[in-house]
Amino acid sequence: MVRAAQRNPSANSVSDRIAGKSLTLAALLVAALILWVVVDVLWQGAGRLSWEFVTTAPSDVGRAGGIAPMLVATMLILAVCLAAATPMAIATAIWLAEFAAAGRALRLSLDVLAGMPSIVFGLFGYVFFVHMLGLGFSILAGGLTLACMVLPVVTRACEESLRALPDGYRLGCAALGVSRAATLWRLQLPAAMPGLAVGIVLGIGRALAETAALLYTSGYVDRMPTSFSDSGRALSIHIFDMSMNVPGGDRGAYGTALVLLVMLIGINAVVFAISTWWSETRLEQA
Amino acid sequence: MTSWLASISPPSRRDRWLQWCLRATAWVVGGILLFLLLFLLREAWPVLRDVGLMPLFDDPSWHPTEGRYNLLPMLAGTLYAAVGALLIAAPLGWACAAYAVYFAPRRLAAWLQKLIALAAGIPSVVYGLWGLVVLVPLIAAYQPPGASLIAAVLVLAVMILPTIILLTESALRSVPRELLHGAAALGLGQWGSLRRVVVPAARSGLLAAMVLAAARALGETMAVLMVAGNVVQFPATVWDPIRTLSANIALEMAYAMDHHRAALFASGLVLALLVIALMLMAACLHSPCPARESRRGRWA
Repeated sequence: MVRAAQRNPSANSVSDRIAGKSLTLAALLVAALILWVVVDVLWQGAGRLSWEFVTTAPSDVGRAGGIAPMLVATMLILAVCLAAATPMAIATAIWLAEFAAAGRALRLSLDVLAGMPSIVFGLFGYVFFVHMLGLGFSILAGGLTLACMVLPVVTRACEESLRALPDGYRLGCAALGVSRAATLWRLQLPAAMPGLAVGIVLGIGRALAETAALLYTSGYVDRMPTSFSDSGRALSIHIFDMSMNVPGGDRGAYGTALVLLVMLIGINAVVFAISTWWSETRLEQA
Repeated sequence: MTSWLASISPPSRRDRWLQWCLRATAWVVGGILLFLLLFLLREAWPVLRDVGLMPLFDDPSWHPTEGRYNLLPMLAGTLYAAVGALLIAAPLGWACAAYAVYFAPRRLAAWLQKLIALAAGIPSVVYGLWGLVVLVPLIAAYQPPGASLIAAVLVLAVMILPTIILLTESALRSVPRELLHGAAALGLGQWGSLRRVVVPAARSGLLAAMVLAAARALGETMAVLMVAGNVVQFPATVWDPIRTLSANIALEMAYAMDHHRAALFASGLVLALLVIALMLMAACLHSPCPARESRRGRWA
């Protein structure tokens, strides 16, 4: 590493000291900027946060009351998104890692898809799911649009974790005459589970954070959703609407932003714990 | 890799069935991109057919209800905001990544890593909220109206910083140690080996990081929508409000009809094509050894 150069007495020149100082300064600046945003949300959001805030419906267009319907709508959208995206992503990842002779075109298409602006997914979802499939502005349409969006991210992460498995697993199972399906189900998937979970968490993170793709697919309605075909307002859209369209809505927006941040951090922690536990027990059985 | 496996254990019927299912899913997933582009084109087609491509770029103004569809001011707004954000975020991000990888004490580096991972997960709408409530009033106090190109640039810069830092860090870490040991043996100092050895060796990774961050900045909708002021115009100074292509779609889609709607889809198509160009560029930069890409499936 560059650290090795520190031991070289002749090399510690003036330019080294200047470079070290200015890089430190840049890192401090970056950390300060990020902390500014995080602390701002914590500080302004904490004042709004209470048990009532997460369990009651909004009143006075969101200035008072809570965010319960948005929480439920967000969860439902996320459930639809994961239910659609996870099996497809894992299947595609297995195909890419284990079977595809040259998945180059598929990989490239996934990488391009991963970089597509979310508003483009919103347009696509609006035409395809909302109008063409006749789902209307609904949780179903929003969730499926998000599924298209998170698919590439989840797929590539799952592929990486399957590829990281040692070749010996495959060879051993082949020598024992175990079928490929059984090898995958009994050995490779459990062994890759932490990696798959990481991929899914990445997807959840992207889905929870998304706003633009939901504007014209899951809609704005802030009532409690009663089915998947109801329109539901996601937390991120609530933040947008409160801060832009409701005078005096900033505090509600900050409270919602804090809830969203805590959810993002919490889900990360929980899924990691579950995935480690699951992969351990599955491997013992196998 | 281990493709000879096929000769040892011939696939059972169940295996063949599994393989077909996986292949079908992979085709569907691979088709999404094509499908998405075809739909955008189909919806944009009425305006391309009746009005043509050129008026989208040389009509006198953007008044879609009166049949004037000039996207240029918004395209300019998009590019100005993205380029401005990159100019600020790229040097800062590179410096921060270099510090984290080569200079920071181990514990501080780990702490920095956590903070940056946290920042990468913050929703863009939260960055927008921070920009709207904190940044815009600060700018307005200096030079009204506050919601402006500079606000968009700053919010975007903060937003793409984590992307740049994470990608740059992984590019820096992939530089072989032998090169650094060689540099140290030759008597190069920290700065010397960073500038003369690490940066040239990691150049493609550094560029790819920048291209991917640019794609993110170009396509960002919410954060920009909240702070940029959304006036359709060529900004004369950085203090003037702008409207980006993506913000325009989000603002007008709700009530757009007929050709207006088609023009919005056309602008979505323009955005998509811009991003595709950038992603292809990043892909070219990222695969210096094409041999690695074409490895055979293990069981094929």
